[in-house]
Amino acid sequence: MSIAAQPKTVTLDHFTASGDELPLLRISTAGSVDDGKSTLIGRLLFDTKAILEDHLDDVKNSKVNRASRGIDLSLLTDGLRAEREQGITIDVAYRYFSTARRKFIVADTPGHEQYTRNMATGASTSDLAVILIDARKRFLEQSKRHAFISWLLGVRTLVFAINKMDLVDFSRQIFAQIREQSNTLLSLLDGVQVHFIPVSALDGDNIVTKSSRTPWYDGPPLLEILEAAQPGVDVTALPLRFPVQTVIRPDSDFRGFAGQIASGRLRVGEEVTALPGGQKSRVARIVTFDGDLDEAFAPMSVNLVLADERDIARGDMIVTASKEASQAQTVEATVVWMNEEPLVAGRSYLIHQGPRVVSARVSRILHRWDVEKLETRDTSSLSLNEIGVLEIEASEPLLFDPYRENRATGGFIVVHRISNLTLGAGLIERKSLNVSGRGPLLPEERLQLRGHSGAWVDLSQAHELIDAVERALLTEHLHVVRTEQPELRRFGLIVLTLGYHQGTPDVVVDRSDLHSAIVAIRASTILGALHVFGEREGI
Amino acid sequence: MMSQSFVLSHLRALEAESIHILRETASQFCNPVLLYSIGKDSSVLVHLARKAFYPGKFPFPLLHIDTTYEYPEMIEFRDRFTNEIGAELRVYTNQDAINAGANPYNLGTAKCCHLLRTSALVAGLREGNYDAAIGGGRRDEEKSRAKERVFSFRDRAGRWEPRNQRPELWNFYNGAVNPGESIRVFPLSNWTEIDVWRYIELENIPVVPLYFAKPREVIVRGQTLIPLQSNVKLLSGEQPEMICCRMRTLGCTPCSGAIRSEAGTTRSIIEEIISFRRSERENRLIDHDQEGSMELKKREGYF
Repeated sequence: MSIAAQPKTVTLDHFTASGDELPLLRISTAGSVDDGKSTLIGRLLFDTKAILEDHLDDVKNSKVNRASRGIDLSLLTDGLRAEREQGITIDVAYRYFSTARRKFIVADTPGHEQYTRNMATGASTSDLAVILIDARKRFLEQSKRHAFISWLLGVRTLVFAINKMDLVDFSRQIFAQIREQSNTLLSLLDGVQVHFIPVSALDGDNIVTKSSRTPWYDGPPLLEILEAAQPGVDVTALPLRFPVQTVIRPDSDFRGFAGQIASGRLRVGEEVTALPGGQKSRVARIVTFDGDLDEAFAPMSVNLVLADERDIARGDMIVTASKEASQAQTVEATVVWMNEEPLVAGRSYLIHQGPRVVSARVSRILHRWDVEKLETRDTSSLSLNEIGVLEIEASEPLLFDPYRENRATGGFIVVHRISNLTLGAGLIERKSLNVSGRGPLLPEERLQLRGHSGAWVDLSQAHELIDAVERALLTEHLHVVRTEQPELRRFGLIVLTLGYHQGTPDVVVDRSDLHSAIVAIRASTILGALHVFGEREGI
Repeated sequence: MMSQSFVLSHLRALEAESIHILRETASQFCNPVLLYSIGKDSSVLVHLARKAFYPGKFPFPLLHIDTTYEYPEMIEFRDRFTNEIGAELRVYTNQDAINAGANPYNLGTAKCCHLLRTSALVAGLREGNYDAAIGGGRRDEEKSRAKERVFSFRDRAGRWEPRNQRPELWNFYNGAVNPGESIRVFPLSNWTEIDVWRYIELENIPVVPLYFAKPREVIVRGQTLIPLQSNVKLLSGEQPEMICCRMRTLGCTPCSGAIRSEAGTTRSIIEEIISFRRSERENRLIDHDQEGSMELKKREGYF
């Protein structure tokens, strides 16, 4: 009998969570050497009873127990011999614990600079990042780097655990200062939710229960925040993306496209498009071992049968016809470089987007990030642990959504053609524009080519600043003109006016403060607020 | 009635992830093999592989590294189970070492395990020319395993280099290898012991009866119960006793001890584990030979 003849069926609740089951929360942790990160995780595991007695005995009996009081909780998580001996964490380790309310996976990542790659690895799948700060050291550049990398990789809940509060007498003032120091940075990371907690990982203050030693702190303890956290984005609400892993063909009557739904939902009868070919069809069956389904959602692994015979293979992507993914051979991407051998413009690599593998060349490096100062710098290569923005030309179309919109389809890894090593991780920003194209420029092309949007800056109340403003903007190669025609802003120009005009200016300069005028103009025109990071004081 | 909830249950999310990993393995490699140890994790792995390729055929041969010191119930179960699901079973034994007299009683457990498991595994994989070996290892088992990748690279000698692992981002697994190199694949990386048992219960997966408690004749040695059927040599002063016990992990008879337990069903095992405060590998004597011994064994090629 053919498999297609009489499929058994199953309802979706065979797969879904029951009533009050909260989805698993994936956490990454970052902190610098000696900030007490391993101790914090050890404390969480210990206090939630995820540590088993014999593991605890091993730690007590260990030759390298460094704790001054009781047991050294960091030994529970520092797994490799070299780490235990040197007292540092050198690779990502995954930990599992659960409370009555929720299950957690912790990616414990090393914090010092050489291990940016491990931090990025841990952050790539995380919903929430716990960033440790040593209360004695304040908000340092490395904390900034941790926050920035987590944000870049798409983590949208940041928890700053101000640790070792016991060593600063649980000072409310120090806690407030650190919070204050981070404000400017955080105002620039769009879309993040932020928490600050004063803790002592060593003693357990504000980890599982509220500490009596911080009566001035009115927020919840760490574990409560973790239990209540929402995953940043509901992937099932994004458009359907289904990367095909393999074609299952047990007999001539059955041809199923097997894969894991990367985002969105899927129904029998829905119209879909197969990329890169663009052929359209309808979903005929959603097959699983347990039975056929009427609908499915991310991240289910299913086997799709389409209504029409279509030439689809591993590496193709089935998407909803109502909102297809982008395809392009030339894209701009932010890349975190993870290998000792630097990335060099002009060189060719393999790019893996999950099952899709294409050959690609780095056509140019636009800039690299100075992640301590959060400024961009010119460069012709990227070294280990550096982050840069590149233009990549692939031999075949890449299928993607911008990483900021969809983490499941915007990422890729860079693989060496000969050694097969994973050299870097990429986050696709956008399709590169074709500068040699014809016809009128589209608004987004103009935006990208100019590097900023147009704006009307009304200086009618601050005439004396116009020269200085023009000079400052020209110095940064922005397209600025002095004219009494504010409508020119739609061509991407920054228009400085002195007189009165109908309409609403983008920036009104109403006092003689050059610095705030420039900050306001940048904020309203420059692509991605990040470009202005380094210019502000105190960041 | 259509459900309005678009959240997968915890076990279904783990299942979906493992299926994705198994499909990647079948797609990326020419000659993959599933390391079949007969234990509960192997049973779960085999079950997931059937699901991943349904309605297609079971895609991997199963390879059992037979030390010849395993419990007879295990071999019995192995032959029945693999036959029922229609999988191809391959068995490899380090016959040279056994002929040369390797056994746990004379060599000690560490050396014996190195010869009959680690070396046998590396040799068995080489003999089959496998470019990928799928195993049931979980990150919650032991500290050095917590750093293991899902796709874990091994050099030509089968060695693991923990300091130089390929970064693994999102769910993108880089399985590219050159001839002679291979990848160990761990589809159960993110499962915990209790997840495995809950899934066995949910899916009604058959496991070796040794996991279930019943009265067995054992020798009490330290914290460990050693079943008499293991041909264990009695030390002076030791007397066999009848104790209701079960195995928490399966291995060779001289190395895997039983625990006192009344748990005779999957459900009661789950309840027992929830109340338990000791890890499952504790009764694997080999893991405790020296601090960091699992990492050392893994570097040499152990799973």
